[in-house]
Amino acid sequence: MAEPQTSFIDRLMRIDRRVIFIFIGVALIFPLFLNVTERIQVSPEVQMLNDALNKVPDGALVLYALDYDPPSAPELQPMAVAAFKVALKKKLKMVIIGLWPQGPQQANMALETALRDDRFKDVKLTYGVDYVNLGFQSGNEAVIQKMGSDIPTTFPRDYAGTPVGQIPIMKSIRNLGNFDFMVNISAGYPGTREWVQFGVDRFGLKMISGSTAVQTPEMSPYVGRQLLGLMGGMRGAAEFEQISENPGRALKFMVGQSVAHVIVILFIIIGNVAYFATRKKKGA
Amino acid sequence: MWMEHPGWVLFGTWMAALFTLGIMSFLYRDNPVYKFCEAVFVGISAGYWFVSYFWQTFLPKLGDPLVAGVNSLFSGPIQWNGLLVIIPGILGVMMLLRLIPGAGWLSRWPLAFVVGYTAGLRLITFLMSNAMTQLQNSVEPIVRYSSTGALLGWESFNILLVTVGTFAGLFYFFFSQEHKGAFGRVARIGTWFLMVTFGAAFGYTVMGRMSLLIGRLDFLMSGWLHLVH
Repeated sequence: MAEPQTSFIDRLMRIDRRVIFIFIGVALIFPLFLNVTERIQVSPEVQMLNDALNKVPDGALVLYALDYDPPSAPELQPMAVAAFKVALKKKLKMVIIGLWPQGPQQANMALETALRDDRFKDVKLTYGVDYVNLGFQSGNEAVIQKMGSDIPTTFPRDYAGTPVGQIPIMKSIRNLGNFDFMVNISAGYPGTREWVQFGVDRFGLKMISGSTAVQTPEMSPYVGRQLLGLMGGMRGAAEFEQISENPGRALKFMVGQSVAHVIVILFIIIGNVAYFATRKKKGA
Repeated sequence: MWMEHPGWVLFGTWMAALFTLGIMSFLYRDNPVYKFCEAVFVGISAGYWFVSYFWQTFLPKLGDPLVAGVNSLFSGPIQWNGLLVIIPGILGVMMLLRLIPGAGWLSRWPLAFVVGYTAGLRLITFLMSNAMTQLQNSVEPIVRYSSTGALLGWESFNILLVTVGTFAGLFYFFFSQEHKGAFGRVARIGTWFLMVTFGAAFGYTVMGRMSLLIGRLDFLMSGWLHLVH
């Protein structure tokens, strides 16, 4: 027996989800092969962030807290790389920590990537003098609270196990009040929210933040008085790369991201048109 | 280190690629390869976190100070900081007593400590950072002018939107009065603002998930297959 004829609208209503997956996959893979980047408009939050970072005097002491792990790296690692490039350009003294176990490792990788940039090939960073990685400490917001009064007892040893008393850069650091500025890149708890609540509001840190797209809407209300700037998700990372003139992976990936978004929007429109058309037909 | 040997790096890359493809195979349909990859992931995650907590939390925060404290009893001077960690140590053991049916009630004491500590630590900070400072941030002049005295139309409109949204949202969450009449209409505007907020949050979530997928695809194309440089 012949199957009943189905209309075009009915077929649209029954698009296999795997067809959508193929479209999205192609949209994301194809731009990887093209050596193109798109010019994107910089949001006020990222503009503020860049302005705040530019105002930090050359050679200032900056705290880098990288609170994320590899699953969030596609969004956050480009932010970290770009932020380290700014530090290299301004010859900032960097103290790196992580409230997530893998944060300090991500920081090392980001710093290595930043140093591979041709513009910084002559930069010779001395560990312990120009920067230090104090590693991870468990305790979430209690770590920040304790750093507010005494950093050497909070981080008695660095990432490699060297006592902080033997690290030159740490000799002048007692508590959070010694830092001129702070960069936090965060994927959740503990992260930007805790740094704002304890580091900024309690100990007066001047701070900018990069966060995953998922938590960006929750961090946005802090922008202004509590956060001097915010970059959200890959888009925020790309904006920061563009405005700080440090083009990297986020700008490259944004092409695929944009194409995929257009496809998602098209499928949403197709789905809705088909839905209303079938509803109208049933009603008639 | 042995892990940095090219052979191991290659092996690791292949494993990562095959497991990525195995997990992605779920997009077609549920299958044994996906189940296997999922089980391996769960097992490795559990093992990784156990080892991580043991070396990065248990030993440096409890084991090492306690041993040093006990040693100091015999060799002096006495390290009270090391000896005092026995208190949180005992609380930790009491927490584990939940696993023993007859002694489970003892776990309520450390739990009470955790609840009390967390409430004390976070209450003031939340009140300060998420209520008072946010309130302070919201009290802004609606009409904005530039330094030259020109009206900043777009900025003023944004501030007006935030003000209306804040008030309408608060009206929606005010349940002491029935949402009818003028009150109900303002509350309804509040629901529209909430819907836009949820939409924006969902949009950001989609972007986040796409970014993660791009990260994996980039690894497959450049890190594994070396098709992209």
